[in-house]
Amino acid sequence: MNSSKKITLEDVRQVAELASLELTQEEEAHMQRDLNSILDYVAQLNQLNTTDVPAMAQVSEILSAQSDENIKALREDTRRPSLDRAAVFSFAPETDGVYFKVPKVIER
Amino acid sequence: MTMPSDVQKPMTIEDTRQAIASGSIKAADMAKSFYQTIAAEDPKIHAWLSLSKERALKNAECIDVMASRGDTLPILAGVPVGIKDVLAMQGSPTTAGSKILEGYQPPYDATAVARLEAAGAVLLGKLNCDEFAMGSSNENSAYGPVHNPRSLDRVPGGSSGGSAAAVAAGMAVATVGTDTGGSIRQPASFCGVVGLLPTYGRISRYGLIAFASSLDRVGPFTNTVRDTAILLGVMAGHDPMDATSSPLPVPDYTVDIDKPVKNLRIGIPREYFGEGLDPEVRAAVEKSLDRLRAAGCTLHNVSLPHTEYAIPTYYVLATAEASSNLARFDGVRYGYRTPQADSLSAMYRRTRDGGFGAEVKRRILLGTYVLSAGYYDAYYRKAQQVRMLLTRDYLQAFREVDVLLTPTAPTPAFRLGEKTEDPLAMYLADIYTVTANLAGICGISVPCGTSSKGLPIGAQILGKHFDEATILRVAQALEQQNR
Repeated sequence: MNSSKKITLEDVRQVAELASLELTQEEEAHMQRDLNSILDYVAQLNQLNTTDVPAMAQVSEILSAQSDENIKALREDTRRPSLDRAAVFSFAPETDGVYFKVPKVIER
Repeated sequence: MTMPSDVQKPMTIEDTRQAIASGSIKAADMAKSFYQTIAAEDPKIHAWLSLSKERALKNAECIDVMASRGDTLPILAGVPVGIKDVLAMQGSPTTAGSKILEGYQPPYDATAVARLEAAGAVLLGKLNCDEFAMGSSNENSAYGPVHNPRSLDRVPGGSSGGSAAAVAAGMAVATVGTDTGGSIRQPASFCGVVGLLPTYGRISRYGLIAFASSLDRVGPFTNTVRDTAILLGVMAGHDPMDATSSPLPVPDYTVDIDKPVKNLRIGIPREYFGEGLDPEVRAAVEKSLDRLRAAGCTLHNVSLPHTEYAIPTYYVLATAEASSNLARFDGVRYGYRTPQADSLSAMYRRTRDGGFGAEVKRRILLGTYVLSAGYYDAYYRKAQQVRMLLTRDYLQAFREVDVLLTPTAPTPAFRLGEKTEDPLAMYLADIYTVTANLAGICGISVPCGTSSKGLPIGAQILGKHFDEATILRVAQALEQQNR
């Protein structure tokens, strides 16, 4: 997290590609400016020494240490009906009644 | 019989239920009168994105049948409730404030929505919000901003701006919102209503369109603290459909709400009263502290030393989770699909570019960046470690005090357009609220005064994990004294 390293337009394009976003030129420039400003701000986390601090992904880790009651049981792995196919398909962009339809996947 | 327009509409759950149980008004007429208020008021506020009249009236009529038979009415019988448009409601448009879900209607109800209706609530419709709940002013809604009912040129706060404004404008007795970094408490503060962030896991997230799954919570907006306690009790509890929902039993949150607050230990975290705090907000919150002292609470200065790192930590973790959660919006299964694509990959990219607004794209890009090869440890892992430090700050403070009292937001409601050009300035509107989301603790915002311009000011009470009962008790004491 080196605050002197700035995000370039090329970086923005590469991240957009990873995120499946297609940005206009104008959007690319805006995003470059905003990402640099936000990452500069985020760089202050480097002021903290976190060498021996465990990473916390979510609060359940803390809660389960407080009480066994907080440890959640997953639901029973039993068969149950799925959502009705017609109800799901009725708001899909394109289907053939059995599958979702998409444009061709393999480009020649 | 319709409700005469000169009759004051009930603004609390108990008044509503009483009016229906006593036969002085039918639930169906109650719902219709709220729809009339919406028709009259909402053109200038824009809190509602869609109305579910058919469903509301059908359920109201069921309540009326029960009332006419003399049945015991459920706790929310006939109470008109609005739902933030990030929660699934079967047969109602559910857009998350985004173009990418325009026209989508989910085939199922969110658990919180189903539980409210099972308790007799009449669901009026869906409420405006920032796109995918990303924002602090409601100006990121693809369907246009909400205006603050207390001052129409100002924002209602966000992201649950519609939920706060609907209660403040008398367009619903109660509403449901969500809070990932302050999105219930901050708009409650800006609009002068009560809003509660429950402990992580207290209310099921099933059917909530995910923004940041380790931070997202569902919670109520109401006019009174007691009503918030009632709604919390209805929505809380384990749900097999959400593996992170807690199996802890749900108490009756109204039982101890009027218990004296004498000898409760109130912590005042000095980091929440520093630079950037509006003097009028400070004065109102300090007055609340004086009142609690007069009621027999003891006040204690405490320190949460890592507080200044909360916003940068939040914007790394929340955007990382969002970039993953929002990958599902690809134009295949629901919502918008670009008409201009002859290959699958082009369809994905153009659908997402056309369907998402600027703030959502900004956060997806930031989240993708901090998770990408070479940056994961420097940003994401680092932020997870600081999240632990921030959580330990609270756990340490709660060894010495029962609750913390802070401002909910650094300022009263700001003007529409005031912060839209500067994402960082907007993020700082959540400076006192994001840490509770990171640590998983509960909190409530309760009105505690008004500014010289007549704008509402909220006080935030933060409590231990699963200790909603105590923050409700303190909020109730403040509400009673502010009357």
